[in-house]
Amino acid sequence: MAMSGLQIYKLLPKTNCKDCGFPTCLAFAMKLAAKQVELSDCPHVSDEATEALSAAAAPPIRLVKVGTGDHEFQVGNETVMYRHEKTFFNQPGLALRVKDTEDAGTIASKVEMVNDYCVERVGIDMGFNAIAIENASGDAGTFAGTVEVVRAKTDLPFVLIADQADALEAALGKEGGHQPVIYAATTDNWESMAAIAKEAKGSLVVRSQDGFEELAELTDKLKGAGVENLVLDPGSRDLATSLSQVTQLRRLALKKNFRPLGYPIIAFPGEAADSAEAEIVAATQYIAKYAGIIVMDRFDPAVAYPLLTLRLNIYTDPQKPISVDPGIYEFNSPTPDSPMLVTTNFSLTYFSVAGELDGGGMPSWLLICDAEGMSVLTAWAAGKFDAETIAKAAKTFGAGDKVAHKKITLPGHVAVLSGELEEELPGWEILVGPREAVDIPAYLKAW
Amino acid sequence: MAVTVEIPKERWTGTIREVTLGATADEGGTRAKTVTVGGETTLPFLYFEGEMPHLPVIGIEIQNGYPADWSSVLLDAWGDALQDTATWAKKAEELGADLIVLNLRGADADGNPTTGEQAAATVKAVLGATGLPIVVKGPGQAELDNKLLVAVAEAASGERLALGLCEDKNYRTIVAGALAHGHLVVASSPIDVNLAKQLNILITDMRLPLERVLMDPTTGALGYGLEYTYSVMERLRIAALTGDGMTQQPMICFVGEESWRQKESRTSEGVPEEWGDIEKRGITWEIVTATALLESGADILVLRHPESISVVRETINRLAAQ
Repeated sequence: MAMSGLQIYKLLPKTNCKDCGFPTCLAFAMKLAAKQVELSDCPHVSDEATEALSAAAAPPIRLVKVGTGDHEFQVGNETVMYRHEKTFFNQPGLALRVKDTEDAGTIASKVEMVNDYCVERVGIDMGFNAIAIENASGDAGTFAGTVEVVRAKTDLPFVLIADQADALEAALGKEGGHQPVIYAATTDNWESMAAIAKEAKGSLVVRSQDGFEELAELTDKLKGAGVENLVLDPGSRDLATSLSQVTQLRRLALKKNFRPLGYPIIAFPGEAADSAEAEIVAATQYIAKYAGIIVMDRFDPAVAYPLLTLRLNIYTDPQKPISVDPGIYEFNSPTPDSPMLVTTNFSLTYFSVAGELDGGGMPSWLLICDAEGMSVLTAWAAGKFDAETIAKAAKTFGAGDKVAHKKITLPGHVAVLSGELEEELPGWEILVGPREAVDIPAYLKAW
Repeated sequence: MAVTVEIPKERWTGTIREVTLGATADEGGTRAKTVTVGGETTLPFLYFEGEMPHLPVIGIEIQNGYPADWSSVLLDAWGDALQDTATWAKKAEELGADLIVLNLRGADADGNPTTGEQAAATVKAVLGATGLPIVVKGPGQAELDNKLLVAVAEAASGERLALGLCEDKNYRTIVAGALAHGHLVVASSPIDVNLAKQLNILITDMRLPLERVLMDPTTGALGYGLEYTYSVMERLRIAALTGDGMTQQPMICFVGEESWRQKESRTSEGVPEEWGDIEKRGITWEIVTATALLESGADILVLRHPESISVVRETINRLAAQ
C-alpha cells in the first residue's frame, strides 16, 4: 500500500538539512509519495526507515518472471480489480500441458505445434508462452527423459509438475536454466521444494486445497526460507468456486495489502472440463479474471486464436487504444492512377482496411489520419476525424504528390463529411466508399 | 504460526431491477410462461457476498426471411428450419431458448422493404409457434424501426414483448408504442455509461416504468471492441450496485449477431492457417464473447449457433453451482 507524504515524513530524520536538494524533510517526503524522487537521495535515512519504506513501495501483487531471452514473460504486479480503473498490465502466460505417460510422437507433435504457433493481429504477434510437463508416470527417470526431449525441441519455458521432489530435481537437471515454474509446494513437501526452487532459480507454485489460511502460512514459510518468487494455486477447479477465489485473492492483495497472498495465480481450465468447449469457457474466465499462468490441456489453432485475441482485448490499456502511425501506406505497388482511400489510425480499423486492400490485389494508397487511435465512427463522434483533420493529413503527407487524379475515398460511415472536405481540399473530388472494410475489394473493382 | 484471513466483501447498496418479459393468459397475453431477469445484489456469480436470484437467460435469434447473408457455418447448422420463421422459432424453443429474439430484416431477398403489416404478421406467426416471451428488434434504421415496431406493438398488444432498439433518435415512438400496448423496450446506447443513463431518464420522463426497460450497452464482438463493452458493462453494474437508480436495468447483449458478422466467423479461404478450422473458430468466437459478457453483467445473451447455445447454457449452470 502506498504511504502518504506524512507517513513517510515520520520515518525521515526531520533535520531539514537540505542535503537531498529540498528545503525541508516534509517537502522531500511529499516528492517521495508522488514517486518523483528516490529515497536514496537522502544520505541520512536510517536502515529501519529504508526497510519500512521499501516494503511499502513493493507491489501488492509480486512480479514474477518466467523464461529467458525472447521467451521471458512476466506476470503479477497488477494494481486494479477492473481494467477501466487503470489497465491490466501483464498478460497471463498460456501453456500447453504434456504428460510423460504420452507416447513420444504425441508429445513431439504437441510441442512443435505450440512452439511454431504464431498468429498476428493488429500488427502484434501472439502465441503460447510455455510448455507444462507433468510427471504422470510417477517415475523420476521418465520425467527427466521427457523434459530432455522437449527441451531439445523448444526454448519455451516449462511449468514442471510433479509430486515428488526427486522427480523435479531430476527434471531440473535437463531443463536448461530457462527460469521454469515448479509445481507445487504443499504443507507436506515445502521444505524440499524450497531448496529445489532456490537451486533452479525458478518460481515456485504454492498449492493448498484447504483454504487461504493454509496458503498464506505456506507462503510465509517459503519466504522465510528465501523463496520469494511464488505463484498461487488456491486449489479450486470448478468455474464458480474459482471465480470467487481469484476475486477474493485479488481483493486481499489490492485492498487489504495482504502480502502473504500477493502473488500471481496459476489456473488449469482443462481439469474440471469434460469437453474442449468447457475448457474454452474456463480459459476465457481466467483470462478475464485474474490468472497469471494458464495451463491448457488441449491445443487447437481455432481455439488458440480467439483466446489470444481475448487476452489482447482485455489487456489493452483503455486509455491508450492500439494505434498505427499516421501517413500514407502503399498496397500492391500503387501508381499515380491508383485509388486513394482514407481512414483513422485505430489499429483495428487500419488492419481491417489494410487486409482487404492487400488481399484484394488492387494497387492502392491508404491515407491514415491521426484520430487519437479511435475507430471511424467513434472518432467522428468525438470530433477527431473531421474534414479539417483529413485535409491536414492529406497536405502533411503529400497526398497530392502521390496521385494524379485528385480523388479521395471516404469511409461510408462518414459520407456526411463530403461537402466540408470539398471545401477544405479545393480541387479534389470526394468519393464515398463502403461502410465496412469487407466491401472494399468490390468497391475498388468498380472504381 | 496461525494466520487469519478475512475475506473482503463489498457492501453494495443497490439492486438491479427485476424485469419480466412475456405475459400469460391471466396477465393479458398468450405466453405459456414468463421470464424474469435482474434482481442481482452483487457482481456476476459472486455468491459469497450477494444474490443473483434470476440466472442469466438465453435468447435465440430468428429472422423474418432466409438469412442468406449468414455465415455458412450457421446455415449448415440450422438447415431448413431457416426457411420459415415459425418453424425456426419452434426449433429455437427445442434448442432450449428462454426467449425468442425476432430480428426483423429491413427488406426481403429481392430488396423490397419490409412493411408494417408484414412485420405484424410475422410476430403473430411467431406468437402462434412458441409459448416463450419474445423480443422484437427492428433493422436498425430509425425510421423503418418506428414503422415496423409500432405495427408490431399494436398487433401483439398485451404480450409484454421487448421492443428494440429504442435509441435516442427514436425513443419517443418506441416508448409510446410500448406504453399504449403493454410492452417493454430495449434501451440501446453506444458503449457509454452517461448516454445509457440519459436514455433511461428520457424514457422515464415519458412515464414508462423502469420495470419495463432492458438496457443494451451495444455489444462489441471478440476482437471488435469486446473490451469496450466488457468495461462499460462493469462500470454500469458497479454504478447500479452503488445505488445509481438510472443504471439498475438488466442488460441484454446481442452476441450472436456481432460475433457472426466478423471475418473470423465467416471466412474459410484466404485466411492464415493459424486461424484453424472455420466451424470451430466461429463457434468459439461466439462462446468466448458470450462468456466474457456473462462475467461482466449480461442478463440476456442473444445467440445464434446451436452448439454455443448449449455451451453457454452449461456455463451458466456451472457458474450457478455454488
